[in-house]
Amino acid sequence: MTRHVVAAVAELPPGTRKFLNLEGRPIAVFNIKGEYFGLLNRCPHQGASLCEGPLIGLAQSHDPGAIEYTRLGEIIRCPWHGWEFDVRTGQSYCEPRRFRVKAYPVHVEHGASVVKGPFVVETVAVSVESDYVVVDL
Amino acid sequence: MNIQVRERPEPASPVAVKTAIADCDIHPARATATELYPWLAKRWHAHLETIGAHAYQGMMGGPPYPKAQPNASRRDAYPPEGGPQGSSLSFMQAQHLDPNNVALGVLNPLGTGQGLRNHDLAAALCSAINDWQIEKWTSQDKRLKASIVVANEDGPTAAAEIRKRAATRDFVQVLLLSRNVEPLGQRRYWPIYEAAEEAGLPVGVHAFGFGGNPITASGWPSYYIEEMVGHSQCQQTALASLVLEGVFERFPKLKMIMIEAGFGWAPSLAWRLDKAWQRLKSEVPHVKRPPSEYISERVWWTTQPMEDPERREHLFELIDWIGWDRLLFATDYPHWDYDDPSRVLPAGVSDANRDAFYLNNALQLYGLA
Repeated sequence: MTRHVVAAVAELPPGTRKFLNLEGRPIAVFNIKGEYFGLLNRCPHQGASLCEGPLIGLAQSHDPGAIEYTRLGEIIRCPWHGWEFDVRTGQSYCEPRRFRVKAYPVHVEHGASVVKGPFVVETVAVSVESDYVVVDL
Repeated sequence: MNIQVRERPEPASPVAVKTAIADCDIHPARATATELYPWLAKRWHAHLETIGAHAYQGMMGGPPYPKAQPNASRRDAYPPEGGPQGSSLSFMQAQHLDPNNVALGVLNPLGTGQGLRNHDLAAALCSAINDWQIEKWTSQDKRLKASIVVANEDGPTAAAEIRKRAATRDFVQVLLLSRNVEPLGQRRYWPIYEAAEEAGLPVGVHAFGFGGNPITASGWPSYYIEEMVGHSQCQQTALASLVLEGVFERFPKLKMIMIEAGFGWAPSLAWRLDKAWQRLKSEVPHVKRPPSEYISERVWWTTQPMEDPERREHLFELIDWIGWDRLLFATDYPHWDYDDPSRVLPAGVSDANRDAFYLNNALQLYGLA
């Protein structure tokens, strides 16, 4: 497993996302209400850049006319065919048995531990005083 | 410090140049509401701004059902310079035509003058859209070809537009939509078929349009998803009408293309038509041969949105009936239900069939081989 330092925490405030290319893989890192998530930016359905889609909620219905809309901002909707995936797990809500988008663990590490390593730093200048967003690949 | 800093990897270079394809359903859009004004008489500028363009539906603008994505288009297809998806040639080239190696792209403009109640406005807008296709698109990129968009409810005017444009080789088909005031085989549309046959151009029937009728055969449905799957029944009505009104018999060189409505239903429609025709042909003596023969000889089908059965053998059986020489690959760019050329065909297709599907059928049908 390689740990990649991809951003300073200040660079990725809640509600933002960052697109990366790590070891040849297109990856997006999200900050959703202070939690960090990483997803492969390629839709398993037809290959679109999935993570360019909007973050929506989960609409479920147990009876006609009764709709529960929960988990606002935690579901990514593909910009092409609208397939929906759970940002936390990569689970598909369209065809959960056949498709899953690869999810990558993302953590925040303090600059002091980043400096100790072992980490791979992409384009982020690291200082011991700050916190950094780290993706495990 | 033991931080390994390394250079960012180069953008992935294409492993191999992709095989050239034809995309038989591309939707060019206007960047602004006034983009057609240079080709529209002044009176229509004022008309559009004060009265508007009213289609055959309630006095409302826009499509009858909400779309799944903005402008029914991919969210990643907004041009960087602004404007709706599909309105920039340079971005279409960069996002679609170049990376997918599109050797032939057929333009199908929507939201034109088709389906408008004011037939003079309809004719003016259709003619303007035809000029615009040449000026903005086909003259700027030789891979692109245009459709002659016609005022569908006014046969003679539509025929005149076809005759006016036919000599310009940038036009490769006549464009109709599947929803019209009457089923497409009716006599009011015959001047269109006559002019198209005379010009040697196929007539494409694209899903959608405005006819003033409910969009399904049994009324207005509740959801957009019903509109999407309803295109196949609308197209079946059109095709049955074309066969049973004797259009193929009367215009023996006429070729039709069914655009964006699927093809999986073709065999069952043809079987049903043949069975009924065996029993009822005395009612339609002008239909001289089994309906399936007209369909298999005179109809082509675009692929998007591609049939996607769980078992690929079912897809292959369908295509065996229709013919590998009858399918025209299409993406529907920039619309949201876009088909990616690298994903639509499962493994197990011969090279010859693959080449026919992606490119050669289109080159032949459009006379570009």
